[in-house]
Amino acid sequence: MSHDIALTVNGRRVEVHVPVHALLLDVLRDRLDLKGAKRSCDLQVCGACTVLVDGAPVSACTYLAVEADGHEVLTVEGLGSPGALHPLQQSFIDHGAVQCGFCTSGMLLSAVALLDEEPSPTEADVMHHLRGNLCRCTGYRKIVDAILACAATAP
Amino acid sequence: MIRPFDLRRPTALGEVGALLGEYGDAAALYAGGTELLLLMKEGFVRPRVLVDVKCVPGLDRVTAVAGGIEIGATASHRSVERSEAVRAHAPLVAGVARHVANVRVRAVGTVGGNLAFADPHSDLATLFLVFDARVVLWSLAGERELPLADFVLGPYETARRDDEILTAVRLRPWHAGAAGTYLKFGVHERPTLGVAAVLTLEADGQTVADARLALGCIGPRPQRLGVLETRLCGTPIADIAQSRTGVTDGAADAIDTLTDLHGSADYKREMAQVFLRRALRLAASRAMGQPVDARYPHTVVC
Repeated sequence: MSHDIALTVNGRRVEVHVPVHALLLDVLRDRLDLKGAKRSCDLQVCGACTVLVDGAPVSACTYLAVEADGHEVLTVEGLGSPGALHPLQQSFIDHGAVQCGFCTSGMLLSAVALLDEEPSPTEADVMHHLRGNLCRCTGYRKIVDAILACAATAP
Repeated sequence: MIRPFDLRRPTALGEVGALLGEYGDAAALYAGGTELLLLMKEGFVRPRVLVDVKCVPGLDRVTAVAGGIEIGATASHRSVERSEAVRAHAPLVAGVARHVANVRVRAVGTVGGNLAFADPHSDLATLFLVFDARVVLWSLAGERELPLADFVLGPYETARRDDEILTAVRLRPWHAGAAGTYLKFGVHERPTLGVAAVLTLEADGQTVADARLALGCIGPRPQRLGVLETRLCGTPIADIAQSRTGVTDGAADAIDTLTDLHGSADYKREMAQVFLRRALRLAASRAMGQPVDARYPHTVVC
């Protein structure tokens, strides 16, 4: 059984024919060539596959692509461009919040969702919100600092 | 890799009932998918048909009803956290919903799915016991209500029949003036131990009139601690707040615990004893109007 789905990905309308059991992560990576979201734990624990669906963070590894039919998906590719980074991306660079980079796209999208909802989070808010995004390099400090600094300087 | 299946999206309970009648145990009810899809990816379950119940209107409602709160089966953890009705009548439930799994699971995962899946490491199944929760099961044959304690039979096993759908859970708020807490401990994604404690004082404000205690995640299913609840009645609240009473001693001896990834059965029984004392201390101090700032390693305090 397969479905035609029409969704908006990073502001662009996309129509794809997908098997009903296709996962959003595989459709993004293999059909739409958007490799920013990563498959890591495959259990919704690590957050490397985080994308936003209608602004809410979801684990694309455990989310049926057909669920995104008619909805807006944001991946890290839609966040900024090399010449015009999103303020969070710039803040991650400024604070050295990127090391191997594998968790970064998920961290950024989680942070986008947080700041959308709570433009002036406390450090505790940031820690709570990022609890489901694992980083094995940075020790989190610089990531938290980057998000707090970005929130503080937002217009 | 998930095996192919047929996806059906009924828009009324009657259609859900018809599909369950047609496919029986080859069908799986599907809402957030946060538990079901994991098992399907591993090949542990291979339903031929997923019956998506998210399109049934009203199933996601969270409302204050006479004598309690009703949480619709497809309400997400996130919507429970933000619900005005829950915040007003059972703020502890909103507080725990805020700490279920992680932000992505909370956005998608549902309360009904959590209960119907009966993962032994569920926060809600433990917490809801101290709200005397009852689940509503609907089928073409009619509707029935079961105490949550009788609904969860064991790990991943419930009293739901193949032709039934869990449509809601009903919670009974505590007595006026009651105070409670939920503590969860663990270093893994799912909690190793969850304990809920609620205390109501006599009119004198000095002694316990009513106690509700539940322990979960450590055994095959969450359980109320009836014997200890009875023993606590009449105990001076100040003694509990300062752990001066031995009333909890040995309380965990009779608790059914299981050895798994989270630890041995003996370890869990020891930890249950420790956390029972902590939860009671916290509930007592809140009941006395002297809340303390309780912090414990690897523990969420709600």
